[in-house]
Amino acid sequence: MDSVKDTLTGPIFKDNPIALQILGICSALAVTSSLQVTLVMCVALTVVTACSSFLISSIRNHIPGSIRIIVQMVIIASLVIVVDQVLKAYAYAISKQLSVFVGLIITNCIVMGRAEAFAMKNPPLPSFLDGVGNGLGYSAVLIAVAVVRELFGTGKLLGIEILPLVTEGGWYNPNGLLLLPPSAFFLIGLLIWGLRSVRKEQVEEPDFKMAKHTVAREGV
Amino acid sequence: MSSNESTAKTLIVAFSLSIVCAIFVSTAAVMLKPVQEANKALDRKRSILAAAGMWEEGKTVEEQFAEVSTRVVDLRTGKFVDDVDAEKYDQRKAAKDPSQSERLSAEQDVAKISRRENYSLVYVVEGSAGEIEKIILPIHGYGLWSTLYGYIALESDGNTVAGLGFSEHGETPGLGGEVDNPRWKAHWPGKKVYRDGEVAIGLIKGPVDPASANAPWQVDGLAGATLTARGVTNLVHFWLGESGFEPFLNNLNAGEA
Repeated sequence: MDSVKDTLTGPIFKDNPIALQILGICSALAVTSSLQVTLVMCVALTVVTACSSFLISSIRNHIPGSIRIIVQMVIIASLVIVVDQVLKAYAYAISKQLSVFVGLIITNCIVMGRAEAFAMKNPPLPSFLDGVGNGLGYSAVLIAVAVVRELFGTGKLLGIEILPLVTEGGWYNPNGLLLLPPSAFFLIGLLIWGLRSVRKEQVEEPDFKMAKHTVAREGV
Repeated sequence: MSSNESTAKTLIVAFSLSIVCAIFVSTAAVMLKPVQEANKALDRKRSILAAAGMWEEGKTVEEQFAEVSTRVVDLRTGKFVDDVDAEKYDQRKAAKDPSQSERLSAEQDVAKISRRENYSLVYVVEGSAGEIEKIILPIHGYGLWSTLYGYIALESDGNTVAGLGFSEHGETPGLGGEVDNPRWKAHWPGKKVYRDGEVAIGLIKGPVDPASANAPWQVDGLAGATLTARGVTNLVHFWLGESGFEPFLNNLNAGEA
């Protein structure tokens, strides 16, 4: 059962899709300004990744190589549309806030990346677990980013006031930058830095070496 | 597995997958449609009640909306019409349909919406004797990034604001998105719309000085959201102005609507 645990928990720290594989950054920027929205997005992405990996893996021996990407896209897109419809039916207020980003799960590199890298070569069950694991890895980073952004950007968590704002008679002056998408870049950057300082094996080989600084001199 | 790469196999896989997925997606969409429609209607009613300051937690939307009747107004004449079915009328669609809307000229179009529908829904809150207590008007216009859709509620005099709220917008959270802040919305009730027959209400920069003679027509601006604030002022001006509901409100006051 060790392998099950590995496929499930591996992507959270050891092989995180966002921090190590640097996939799925776009939605990490867009939906993390509020924790509630982030949680729904995480569930949606985990469900889609797990189910699409499972389905793709179960028909992997019949997918012709020439159209395999299209086949994967069709399955992923169908699942995403269904998830979007379910959200509209049962979590209308949140689906309104998520708006276009649920639809954009289709283009989320994690889903496609796992389908291509894992589900095409492995049986359905491990693929499903791999999908769940990667969904959890994505969720871990998103939730971490969302907690920082919502807490320090608005003084609230899940809409509940934690730091009373100056504008409402408290003492906390919110950092407006954290509510704008670029702040997620800084936070994810810091997170990757932190993670790689602890887990040195994640540090990538530099693509090129910096040459020593030289100053051109007149021929003497 | 070499047969996997044959043209026939490729076509079979592609076709069967498309059919399976199409059935799956359309079944889900059709089955969930009624729930979604109900959600949308509830959400709209809730925004209407919230804009009028009548929303109470704990009661169902339907229960609270029972006091509100939906009517249709012809914006060209400013009178109620009965030949349009309020239940079925899709105002958003009508605003885009050339046969049901009018092109606005540049000077008319302060709210940057380019077309205005001929008919608009209005929501009337009636007292026990059938007299109008509040009237809730749907408004929309362009802010910084997005079109803001919302409602403004007026008291029976057609001049005093009873409330304002946006049900849909895509403004920056924390800046323009503060149009959803209840503390900001609380500045609206009690403000006056018209001054000597002109729409005078608008957002100003910074907080309103209550001692100022202009205070009844001024609402606190939104810090860091100058363009959204301007958009809100513009859309209120448009919808309460000549091309919007002003003829209707005048008729209503004169008892001719």
